[in-house]
Amino acid sequence: MHPPLPSGKPLFELQQEDDNILTVVLHGRADITTAPTLIRQLPAAVPSDQRIQQLKVNFANVTQFDDYGAMVVLRLVQILQLNHDQLSFVNLAADHEKTLALVDFGQPDCRIPSHKSGNLIVHLGDATISVFRGGAFFIEFIGAMVFSLLRVFRRPRSFRAGDTIAYMKTTGVDALPVVGLITFLLGLIMAFMSSLQLSQFGANLYVASLVSLAMVSELGPIMTAIVVAGRSGSAYAAEISTMKISEEIDALVVMGFDPNVFLVLPRVVAAMVVVPLLTVFASIFAVAGGLVIGVLMLNLSPGAYINQSLDALTLFEVMWGLSKSVVFALLIALTGCFRGMQARGGAAAVGSAATSAVVTSIFLIILFDSVFAVIRSYW
Amino acid sequence: MGAHDIIRVENLAVVYGEDHVLDKVNFTVNKGEIFIIVGGSGSGKSTLMRHMIGLEQPAGGKVFIGDTDIATSGEKAVSLALRRIGVLFQASALLGSMTVAENVALPITEFSGLPAEAVAAMVQIKLSLVSLECYGDHLPSEISGGMKKRAGLARAMALNPDILFLDEPSAGLDPVTAAEIDRLILHINQTLGTTIVIVTHDLDSIFAVGQRAIMLGRKTGNIIARGAPADLRDHDPDPEVRRFFTRRPPDA
Repeated sequence: MHPPLPSGKPLFELQQEDDNILTVVLHGRADITTAPTLIRQLPAAVPSDQRIQQLKVNFANVTQFDDYGAMVVLRLVQILQLNHDQLSFVNLAADHEKTLALVDFGQPDCRIPSHKSGNLIVHLGDATISVFRGGAFFIEFIGAMVFSLLRVFRRPRSFRAGDTIAYMKTTGVDALPVVGLITFLLGLIMAFMSSLQLSQFGANLYVASLVSLAMVSELGPIMTAIVVAGRSGSAYAAEISTMKISEEIDALVVMGFDPNVFLVLPRVVAAMVVVPLLTVFASIFAVAGGLVIGVLMLNLSPGAYINQSLDALTLFEVMWGLSKSVVFALLIALTGCFRGMQARGGAAAVGSAATSAVVTSIFLIILFDSVFAVIRSYW
Repeated sequence: MGAHDIIRVENLAVVYGEDHVLDKVNFTVNKGEIFIIVGGSGSGKSTLMRHMIGLEQPAGGKVFIGDTDIATSGEKAVSLALRRIGVLFQASALLGSMTVAENVALPITEFSGLPAEAVAAMVQIKLSLVSLECYGDHLPSEISGGMKKRAGLARAMALNPDILFLDEPSAGLDPVTAAEIDRLILHINQTLGTTIVIVTHDLDSIFAVGQRAIMLGRKTGNIIARGAPADLRDHDPDPEVRRFFTRRPPDA
């Protein structure tokens, strides 16, 4: 783009006629190619012990000059703390003058106040208000969902069954491999770790009960919910926030659709149907993982292992686990859609909606699991 | 390469699947002129621009920026050639997470080798070129569409490119703001001597700033007319071209 600098030739020369009048004679190029050198050498060469009152810039030997060269002069003026009328130019050519006209050597006169306030109290207040707004928005969202649900009961045709089935596929069927793999390995690890302890008492057979009971009533629902929150909760938030930002949701409202019925309800229903099913699969895969350890390391027969697994379970445990996973599904889908609806701004809002959907969902899953545990202990 | 041309497109061909979007496109852009690429929707004018700025590889033909064919030369030569150009994208393409000043500072910091205070002074100069000197600390989401275009223009001009590409600079702007952009384009062309290539179908700006134009045909994928915009409007033999420049539908 630019030819290399002829080395050894000075780019400028300083002449001091009087104690406080400084003349800078520029040589050759004073442009984008020489600006990095000029900006380092020129201010350093100016004598710092005298107060310069007049700066003259001589353009007689300048071959190339652009706004980068003008910036060097501007910086020199700023460093010497001069104002506009203490600066003058000598031997200006017409196009030098054109370039200099682009540069304002005074301070820009900004009427608009800088909108950023660095005030800590203002920031704290803003943050507090936005927390309350978020809470209010959530209550509003839940209320609107209830009304949407009532509307669908009154007019069942408005329910979007096709979309719901499509979401069942993406949330449930597509998640099966990863849920299966994770819970299979989880069952394997649980059986292995517990066998180390239980074999000391000769209670190898109880590894089977431990795995099946723990998976069905606790870990199955939680692990499935966490995987679904990561896979689908984030997807719901990203899809809905993208639609929100590109005014697609506004378009639905104007056409007379209820965006909750159109977008949120199918996702919520789909999640509440498929997450319990995934949980059942999760428990089966975990028992299979435990079975591998039981047969290969603990010398149990497959039949005995499965019998023991089933014996440990009661119908209550199974229903308890499934009802937990229905609640988790509701939490994941509502949080994902809520974060999506909350999004404002540009591309970054989509990312933060997806992130906060996952974080909030996982937090709520753990919180509600504790609530379930408390309820059960007072049952 | 002649003495006056800075861009030369030779036999450019672009094929998407079965579709010949561009076919045998030949033209040159002279140093220092304002050159317009027009054509109806779907005529491939944005595609043509994407090939001229090296974003896409043509199926055939050559695109010279200066003496470098950016379609076939090595990566290093191409990136040097592309350093000579600045691009204003249709939606301004400002990075949303950075302020206006940071957006303009980005190429200056990366490629000029200036220290931080000098970069800041340079950003201020560039912003005052587009009259945004007071909006440096705003985020792109906090300024209007016309201001975004101007900020995008300041960023495109950051390293004083020889050639400036503008993709529909007045799209989505009100007439007054669009006229301001036109005036800014003329100002940059006259004071800095920058060659400017504009892809647009805004007739007001074509006649306000355009010195030479080419028009792409909707079905043929090649150039169906070339010349000064006013000549094309008044004297072109092809009725499709005259209709385009007088804004009349086919049956009028």
